[in-house]
Amino acid sequence: MTGRYGLAQAARMEWIKLRSLRSTWWTLAVTAAGTVGIGLAVGLNSKDASADLTNNALAGVVPGLLLTGALGVLTMTGEYTSGTIRATLAAIPRRPLVLAAKAAVFGAVTLIVGEAAAFIAFFAAAATLRHGIAAPALGDPGVLRAVVLSGAGFCLIGLLGLGLGAIIRYSAAAVGVLVAGVYVVAQVIGFVAHSAAAYMPILILENSLSTTRPVTCGPGADSCPSFLSAWAGLGVMSLYAVIALTAGGWLLARRDA
Amino acid sequence: MIEARNLTRRYGPTVAVDALSFDVRPGSVTGFLGPNGSGKSTTMRLILGLDRPDAGQARIGGRRYRELRWPLREVGALLEAKAFHPGRSARSHLAALAAGNAIPRTRVDEVLDLVGLTGAAGRRAGKFSLGMGQRLGVAAALLGDPAVLLLDEPVNGLDPEGVRWIRNLLRSLAAQGRTVFVSSHLISEMALTAERLVVIGRGRLLADTTVAELSEGSASLEDAFFRLTGDAVEYRGVA
Repeated sequence: MTGRYGLAQAARMEWIKLRSLRSTWWTLAVTAAGTVGIGLAVGLNSKDASADLTNNALAGVVPGLLLTGALGVLTMTGEYTSGTIRATLAAIPRRPLVLAAKAAVFGAVTLIVGEAAAFIAFFAAAATLRHGIAAPALGDPGVLRAVVLSGAGFCLIGLLGLGLGAIIRYSAAAVGVLVAGVYVVAQVIGFVAHSAAAYMPILILENSLSTTRPVTCGPGADSCPSFLSAWAGLGVMSLYAVIALTAGGWLLARRDA
Repeated sequence: MIEARNLTRRYGPTVAVDALSFDVRPGSVTGFLGPNGSGKSTTMRLILGLDRPDAGQARIGGRRYRELRWPLREVGALLEAKAFHPGRSARSHLAALAAGNAIPRTRVDEVLDLVGLTGAAGRRAGKFSLGMGQRLGVAAALLGDPAVLLLDEPVNGLDPEGVRWIRNLLRSLAAQGRTVFVSSHLISEMALTAERLVVIGRGRLLADTTVAELSEGSASLEDAFFRLTGDAVEYRGVA
């Protein structure tokens, strides 16, 4: 047999591994259901026609992200807990390739599920608006962008989790760091250092990716950070994922397995 | 053919493997013996590139493990019982590994049959007994029909029928001209399975010999082993 194993073989291996765990599908289903459910609830209670109704419909994205992030962590740490990592590296000894394949497969799956969740949440919320408010349409300025980028958020936080899993290797610790980094620290920094707050993942999601127009703070605006534009937000989020994956791949290649 | 040359690995101040050199040749079962903590598993991990040596290197068929083109088709390894995700079925576990090295899917059912797990192949492997886990590990090792096999304590947890099955399997694989390297702390089992022996203690080579040669002049292989490793036992209970 000629040639050598490469990304294609590694990706096929990772796809079988990902799809053969029931927990993968449960987690993704709950993610999507939660995202849609919260979007619906918020949509149903929208009374202000001048509010960013698209942003309201996407209110479930941020809580939903936690699950894809944790699933990303477990996709990597599960290999260490179970000992599968030894079998994986026996098949694919070029270790960065293993992480690249995981990122490609997991990234694709969470992107598809994330987009589906974001679009369903948007349409569901739009279809059930009450109080005589006109529903936003995908053709309205910024709406399609907000929905698409919110869906991408699932993938980016998932990849951030995957990278953290590769760096930390222990499920509980890695999930802890993910939750702390994405949710808790963001809130603290939001209070203490307003200029840095704009760079916190959760605030990027809430105020840059899922909005159709720039977020304004109204009265007391001097204490309000100037949030990133949607595309700058996407860039910063991607950068976080890339940094985590690069560090994870570097450590994976150097540490004992 | 497995070649270890000056293989050395330290963990902090402990030298787990100390300038170890030996060859494992094709065509016979080579037993890898040593007391608990003597460095057998570390040596196997070094050969497979899972741990990095501080000095020296191991080659398989002239190449380091990392350089192999289709690793599972060249080397099969069983390192620990239950090196699989508890939520995944035996069939999916093997299918994933097969896909990683472009091994035909039909081979998965072949090896499942070979190790006697066909009936349990669809069940979550987390429910497997230790013996079934070992059988799945053996199936994974045989998946790529490799010319070189490394097995770390393969009879752990197996019932007498399983022990005999492994013994016959290893001997027949060696008779086909494969290189078979098996670690064990069960001397009596090695006396029945292996022809050649590599014995280590405290990470150092104590003997690279045949079972017949080592047993010579002792009442049993076990006596010969104790004579050889008497000074190299790290963990000893009080009788």
